[in-house]
Amino acid sequence: MEENKRLVKVPTMAEMAAKGEEPEVLFWVGCAGSFDDRYKRVTRAFVQILEHVGVKYAVLGTEESCTGEPAKRAGNEFLFQMQAITNIEVLNAYNVKKIVTACPHCFNTLKNEYPDLGGNYEVIHHSTFLQQLINEGKVKVQGGEAFKGKRITFHDSCYLGRANNIYEAPRDVLAALDADLVEMKRSRANGLCCGAGGAQMFKEPETGNKDINIERTEEALATLGTGDGVIATACPFCMVMMSDGVKNKEQEETVKVFDIAELIAQAEGLGK
Amino acid sequence: MIQLENIIFLIVAGLGIGLFVWQIRKIRKNILIGRDVDLSDNPSERINKTLLVAFGQQKMFKRMLPAVLHLFVYVGFLVINIEVLEIMIDGIFGTHRVLGFLGPFYDGLMAVNEILAALVIIACVIFLWRRNVTKVPRLATGVEMRAWPKMDANVILITEIVLMFALFAFNIADLKLAALNNHALPGTFPVSSSFMDIFGSDTGTLATIASVGWWIHIIGILAFMNYLPSSKHFHIIMAFPNVYFSKLWPKGKFTTNPAITHEIKAMLDPSYQPPAPEMDAEGNPIVQRFGAKDVEDLTWKQLMDSYTCTECGRCTSVCPANLTGKLLSPRKIVMDTRDRMEEKGGHPAIFAPNHYKELGVERVQTTDEKTLLRGYITPEELWACTTCNACVESCPVNIDQLSTIMDLRRYLVLEESAAPASINTMFTNIENNGAPWAFSPSDRFNWAEDLYVPSKN
Repeated sequence: MEENKRLVKVPTMAEMAAKGEEPEVLFWVGCAGSFDDRYKRVTRAFVQILEHVGVKYAVLGTEESCTGEPAKRAGNEFLFQMQAITNIEVLNAYNVKKIVTACPHCFNTLKNEYPDLGGNYEVIHHSTFLQQLINEGKVKVQGGEAFKGKRITFHDSCYLGRANNIYEAPRDVLAALDADLVEMKRSRANGLCCGAGGAQMFKEPETGNKDINIERTEEALATLGTGDGVIATACPFCMVMMSDGVKNKEQEETVKVFDIAELIAQAEGLGK
Repeated sequence: MIQLENIIFLIVAGLGIGLFVWQIRKIRKNILIGRDVDLSDNPSERINKTLLVAFGQQKMFKRMLPAVLHLFVYVGFLVINIEVLEIMIDGIFGTHRVLGFLGPFYDGLMAVNEILAALVIIACVIFLWRRNVTKVPRLATGVEMRAWPKMDANVILITEIVLMFALFAFNIADLKLAALNNHALPGTFPVSSSFMDIFGSDTGTLATIASVGWWIHIIGILAFMNYLPSSKHFHIIMAFPNVYFSKLWPKGKFTTNPAITHEIKAMLDPSYQPPAPEMDAEGNPIVQRFGAKDVEDLTWKQLMDSYTCTECGRCTSVCPANLTGKLLSPRKIVMDTRDRMEEKGGHPAIFAPNHYKELGVERVQTTDEKTLLRGYITPEELWACTTCNACVESCPVNIDQLSTIMDLRRYLVLEESAAPASINTMFTNIENNGAPWAFSPSDRFNWAEDLYVPSKN
């Protein structure tokens, strides 16, 4: 097996610039994608897909910094703009034109909130990017049959869905899998938040009678029914909240939470 | 022929309309307490949206039953107003069914009117039923749904039913009189013609009933018009401008404060020259608060939102925080904004509807501060928001509840440094590590180690 795989050397913008090259697209990894153990697997899966299809990409590596999104949602406009202005300096210095990211929060901020501060890029979320790769036939999802009959429900991220009207791209990606896609009652524009947005990820919930992620997980579990199932997400915060919810409901043996990029990487046989 | 009756009518109508204009001017003044914001861009896109969302009621149709019933009342309101125009002309000039000359068109108009009036009565009865008998949760529960908002809704529904009955009484008596006098009445009356005999055949009584029905209908409409500014029912007017001025950009884009941008740019580059601050009338620079503490810190659009709210509770019913028992209710945020604006701006209306606050709000621990923040809306409510935009998405009249929540949050953080401790830790992490968690920035690229892909053959 060893000889059938190759080590990936993830290219950085700095290296590319040194060679006088520019990538087609900058992969903005995000803080969760860089530091969160669970979400690092999503980052790696997405890079495997990029490598597999031969997209000319690069990352910022240690030059990347928080977009400022959680600070902005928590009301700290000053810290947000500080981060944004510094990041824009870096991005503009590298002459970045196009950015792809697996985090809807980074996506929304880079796409919608950076232009006011001088950062104008074509920003796409990895769900749209994967949808394009599938449509162009670059990702064939040949191993999609492995998912045949498997029940998958997609949990909409607020910052992808209502915030940016992206509902179909992640579903199109999942549709390539030959799985049994089931919709929760509250989906698309009516999707229920996982509970982590607006900087809730970084604080305890206010007093109530239930945690939001439990409410949402119960809905997902009811939709999937009994037996093996997958909750598909496209956001690092949703991933954490839904995974915690499944654990809380003691269903982690049967119900797995995966990012759509992980499912595609699995179906493409790109391994762990 | 002009008689005393017509002069009385003219005076009543003049007073009614005058009072309404006076109230509208006060409402305009209240809205202008807000900060200025330029929303004059993209008029064609805005008109399209107004046609779709306000005229076309697009967002109502997310919930079918109320949408259809509401459509009856809405179309009824629009079409029956054509008859009100006739009533006005008849009232002033002593004519009788002056639009009758329109012939077949008038026949059709009257027929449609009668059918709509019947549908309005049915819809309003079902609405009353939903509010008072089945008690649909979003209409019946919530800390903000105190005595006034509940009574207000019932007042409107009952008034609408009374107005429709008055219209029928007028038509029935008028029809019967015409039949007794053997002359043809212009118009077709599919409903009234079935009830022609209920008032008997005494021409004197019939003339009185027709006249009373006519007067109740027109005085009812004038009274209703002047009740509107005190009521959630004001949405029938405000929905149109509010949708027109609503946000055109993606819901995920929150506002950027340019004053902060200038400060940061000046910090990073000492040679940066920020633009001169705006001056007030006395030549003093206008210092604006960061975020919003009170209604004058919100924009006029955010204040307009609060006059547009019809307290339907769709926003609160989809709010993840509210659904899980947290204090936050987006509808309360909007209603609080209106109540505080009216308290601050001087009451525009005849009634004082903002009573719910005094009725003791168990869990909402407001203070005596005369500001929107804390005096009405508590930090606990604000910190429960996940910024998921479900409230904004659900609002049939494009109210942006989230923008107000965010501006209040910004004040807490930027002016008072009053964020929860764990949020402050997150801020510190971003400042020191460039990530919201306490990881070293030098470890940011570690995820890329030992990563393999299958080699291609």
